[in-house]
Amino acid sequence: MDSIALSRQQLDGDHMIVNMGPSHPTTHGTLRIILELEGETILKATPEMGYLHRGVEKLGESLSYQQFIPLTDRLNYCSSIMNNVGYTCAVEKLLGIQIPKRAQQIRVLVSELARIADHIVCVGVNAVDIGAFTAFLYLFRQRETVYDLFEMAAGQRLHTSFTRIGGLFRDIPEGFVPLCERFLVECAASVDECERLLTHNPIWHDRTKGIGAISPEDAVNWGYTGPCLRAAGVPQDLRKAQPYLGYETYDFDIPVGTTGDVFDRYLVRMEEMRQSLRIIRQVLDRLEPGPVNVDDPKIALPPKEKVYTRMESLIHHFKLIMHGMEMPVGEVYSATEAANGELGFYIVSDGGKNPYRIRVRPPCLPIFSSFHDQVKGGLIADAVAVLGAMNIIAGELDR
Amino acid sequence: MIIEHIDAQLPGAVTDRHDFRGDQTIVVAKANLLALVDLLYREGFQLLVDITAVDWPERPNAEGAAAAGRFDVVYHWLNLASQERLRVKVAVADGETVPTLAGLFKTANWFEREVFDLFGIRFEGHPNMKRLLTWDDFPGHALRKDFPLDGGDPFCMEGCTAPYNNGERG
Repeated sequence: MDSIALSRQQLDGDHMIVNMGPSHPTTHGTLRIILELEGETILKATPEMGYLHRGVEKLGESLSYQQFIPLTDRLNYCSSIMNNVGYTCAVEKLLGIQIPKRAQQIRVLVSELARIADHIVCVGVNAVDIGAFTAFLYLFRQRETVYDLFEMAAGQRLHTSFTRIGGLFRDIPEGFVPLCERFLVECAASVDECERLLTHNPIWHDRTKGIGAISPEDAVNWGYTGPCLRAAGVPQDLRKAQPYLGYETYDFDIPVGTTGDVFDRYLVRMEEMRQSLRIIRQVLDRLEPGPVNVDDPKIALPPKEKVYTRMESLIHHFKLIMHGMEMPVGEVYSATEAANGELGFYIVSDGGKNPYRIRVRPPCLPIFSSFHDQVKGGLIADAVAVLGAMNIIAGELDR
Repeated sequence: MIIEHIDAQLPGAVTDRHDFRGDQTIVVAKANLLALVDLLYREGFQLLVDITAVDWPERPNAEGAAAAGRFDVVYHWLNLASQERLRVKVAVADGETVPTLAGLFKTANWFEREVFDLFGIRFEGHPNMKRLLTWDDFPGHALRKDFPLDGGDPFCMEGCTAPYNNGERG
């Protein structure tokens, strides 16, 4: 590809090839984009990916179902808890089990916190790439609180591995709810502050309006999901359309844009943060004590104190660790609404301890595949804005 | 619901079907794929969610046989109006090609490149059938069951010999 591009450059002296990435501050992980330019105008953008390919799907075939959970952390590392939730929901669908109510509520709670953290990264970093540094700082203070909350719950800030098949790693600790309450107030204020900095800012408008606009038909055809699809005017949100984890019982709205450009994507993400705060408020109001794991020793590990004192629990523990769960033979596709869009897991089971095939459907791969269409005819600076608004996370893109 | 419709419109196209945990799956022969996709598109299944493949090395690898072939190419569709999902599977033998869907669904372009990269299944008529995740000289196709988990002989990575795909490149 490079050689073809170069020979064309030799034929026509006006064209210039510029490499963006693989290590460039605005490439959000390691992405490489080969831009063919005429002056400042982009004629062709060829994304090259795979720099962060770790063979997650191949590794999954040699790991047991529980052991795959830490690998899901490393997909979209900005909101790793959501990947944990998405994956365990898929395995639970394969097993055909329902998790306890409190576990569902806590999963919704941490998912929405992660959605806010992810949107903060996307909006904040997009603003930094375009040149608005202040908004980033206002928002990132809130992201710290989200990671503090994750640290309290899971013991880790980024690679949380918080869920387990059939429930959670553990219940949320004391002090989590009060900090969450404080976060609700402070985050709402920060979102408002950020909106005041950007939403009516004429420079922000110049840089984002009309950039990367896409029609709803094209967005569907490109396989868009999540905020980018909703910004184009398609009200598709799996939390409403195909509810899971009891999302149908929460009261929230789905923001929808009109043009699908960078500005609309920004507005959709800002409003989604507010809606997530609404959902968190409702979860905190209805959170009631109860177990966070299914009461089935063939799926969830027994509590440690029982393992040390009771023969039967020790055997269950041993059996689960050494032989794994008894899986039915079959295949399921389970999708959850992650921060970037539809995060799907397609699992084929042959009844063995390990999945026969595990496929991760990353939301940003189809979105990124439209990159050339989105930026052609624009300027290099527009490519930076579009890339930020797509929220490409290389860990998820390359797997 | 959609499956009855397919049966009425394309009788005999669906060679097998199952319903597991609420997921509808149909198996079609490769020859009927394009007609089926056309029908699905008109019926509102316009979001092609995913294309992937599954390797079954033990299966008979006879070319042309309806339900035989080493690989299953798996498509997932979503109907945005009715929120109905459909999984379509096509069995392909090693070395056989599958017609591309890149003309009707732009999103198929990269998904098919990924399947080619990791399984070595070629898509006929694809505008840019190149590897997506690994580099052009990568020996073999990583998600095949006979590809070693550790990548095999590290010296193969130098690009001298390619034992995992009969010396064929690309």
